[in-house]
Amino acid sequence: MTGTALAVLALPFAAFVALALIRPLRRSGRPAGYVGILAMAAAFALALRVFAAGGRGEALWAWIPGDGGPMATVGVLVDELSAAMLVLVTLVSLLVQIYSLAYLDTEPAPGLGRYYTYHSLFAFSMLGLVLSPTFLQMFVFWELVGLCSYLLIGFWYERPSAARAALKAFWITKLGDLGFIAGIVMLWAATGTFHLGTLFEMARTGALPAAGLGIVMFLIYLGAVGKSAQFPLHVWLPDAMEGPTPVSALIHAATMVTAGVFLVTRAQPLFALTPGVLTLIGWVGAFTALLAATMACVESDIKRVLAYSTVSQLGLMMAAAGALAAGAGFFHLLTHGVFKALLFLGAGAVIHAVGTNDIFRMGGLFRAMPQTATVFIVGTLALAGIWPLAGFFSKEAVLAGVWEGGMVGPFVLLAITAFLTAFYMFRLVFIAFFGRAHTDEHLHDAPPLMAGPLWALALLTVGLGLLLAFRGGGEHHGPGWLPALSLGLAAGGIVLAWATYRRGLISADRLAAMFWPIDFMARRRYGLDALYVSLYRGFVLALSRLVGWTDRYIVDGLLNLLSALTGWAGDVLRRIQSGHAQDYVYGVAFGVLLLFVWVQWWSR
Amino acid sequence: MPLTAYLVLAAVVFAIGLFGVLSRRNAVGILLGIELMLNAVNINLAAFARFHADVVGLVFALFTIAITVAEVGLGLAIVIVIFRVRRTVDADRLDLLRG
Repeated sequence: MTGTALAVLALPFAAFVALALIRPLRRSGRPAGYVGILAMAAAFALALRVFAAGGRGEALWAWIPGDGGPMATVGVLVDELSAAMLVLVTLVSLLVQIYSLAYLDTEPAPGLGRYYTYHSLFAFSMLGLVLSPTFLQMFVFWELVGLCSYLLIGFWYERPSAARAALKAFWITKLGDLGFIAGIVMLWAATGTFHLGTLFEMARTGALPAAGLGIVMFLIYLGAVGKSAQFPLHVWLPDAMEGPTPVSALIHAATMVTAGVFLVTRAQPLFALTPGVLTLIGWVGAFTALLAATMACVESDIKRVLAYSTVSQLGLMMAAAGALAAGAGFFHLLTHGVFKALLFLGAGAVIHAVGTNDIFRMGGLFRAMPQTATVFIVGTLALAGIWPLAGFFSKEAVLAGVWEGGMVGPFVLLAITAFLTAFYMFRLVFIAFFGRAHTDEHLHDAPPLMAGPLWALALLTVGLGLLLAFRGGGEHHGPGWLPALSLGLAAGGIVLAWATYRRGLISADRLAAMFWPIDFMARRRYGLDALYVSLYRGFVLALSRLVGWTDRYIVDGLLNLLSALTGWAGDVLRRIQSGHAQDYVYGVAFGVLLLFVWVQWWSR
Repeated sequence: MPLTAYLVLAAVVFAIGLFGVLSRRNAVGILLGIELMLNAVNINLAAFARFHADVVGLVFALFTIAITVAEVGLGLAIVIVIFRVRRTVDADRLDLLRG
């Protein structure tokens, strides 16, 4: 089984190596895409086999040698968690790669090849991350994933905004990664191992040194904060929408951003020992969920609405993990991965057809693109949490987990978030797909290569939901009033959006005026971006100025002084060299005389 | 006469030679000064040979005289070449090596 998992990991890597090394293949465009898709399809089939086989398995190889056994090992760890992630990652990767063939049809051939090269590397990195049996290996792949995210966000690097967004995403996630590496190194210093299984065993038997564990787990959690776009490091995700839409669907909805949730889920036995950190995770997660939801309500860029929604849903998953219901959070991760990829790809189809991201310049798209609109509404219903779609069950599992974890405060925040989620998603749907059309152009539905993945994901969303509905969804059974509450909140949000943006019964401006402080702040992204920019200007630039000044005047000054002294000494001593042989002889004779005098009087 | 007398004579000749080397402007004069200094050495050698009754000193003196002759020949040749090139043998004006 570990062999199959290893093959899943190797296939995208092989595709990456082939595309990276064989230049004609990479620059050929569509054939490069076929290579990536083929490898991904094979990987998906193998991942399904791993998932179907079930069970656990681990294979380890020595990596860094040390006294008395290797200091670090690499390997693959297959269990329910990583098998499920394998399927999700390969499935979404495969669909996104197929979709990209149509979405990037105007891209020149070399660019398309480059896209598939990055894509394959990303799939490899993400698979390596979920299969990691040790923290160290996880960190390596974690960074690789970050690199690929940078490359793909900045895919259209000629656009300054894309290049900036890529850099921003890279730096902000690095902030969290600093904590992550510090955390695992501290953990290693205390226990002498990176191996997850050993650490869990120690946690179970209580052999883990409790002192300092809180700070260690907090640092590791920081890594998750960066990757999973938790407050206050969430600012990179909306900007990351500068990348091609399929990239957003893959990386910033279904896979990379879930790495943080995956990490917290994976390391739950360790987090369970630190209730303080867990409480923090829960509160931060719930707060992030609410904050991002309010920002999504005022956003007019279709992709950014989805990006904020992703941040919000990640907060939901994190809150579940904080309430020690990581299983529920992970469940939500899987379903969310499917329907959020669906939403992003649907948004991509819309953007591809309309040529703008602004929802207020769309409108009436349902008539023009019925297929896309249908699948988009399916995704929206799933995200809003309507029975019997997949999102309903996972969201309810999360809410139940948080409630049973005794975190009433986060639960209330999440309930409000659930209401807002339904509201902003249907606001988007009503504005973009219904109402009056704003363009006279004849719009066309998505081409088959794009529609195929969309339908696949939509069917999966519905199918998963129906499966869960008939088999009795999930093992988390919250209080009996929970389904009613969650459905009621979702329905309330939908009705409010319908009344505001479809029927015009409630004026959107009056609604905004009613909640003017939130509206005001959300439109300015709660000033966080401005804060970071000013922090950057104030702190980093001041520091660089200081360093620059020190370099220019202290370090360089010292050297300049030295050289000036040397030059001055040379200038003085130069005058001794008169060029007259007699002067030299005089010097020698006088010197000898002095020696004589010295011998006569002082050396007795 | 005691040995000291010879040594004093040699020292005086040497000092005169040195003075000549340092003070003469003419290159030929400087060469002459060098001759004097070398001959002061010869006096020393001969005096020590005489007082130690050892003939080796005289042998050295002979060597010195032969080498001195060669040295003067070479020195004068250089002076003549300098004169041809620079049209002067004034030591003060030969300062091509000034720093």
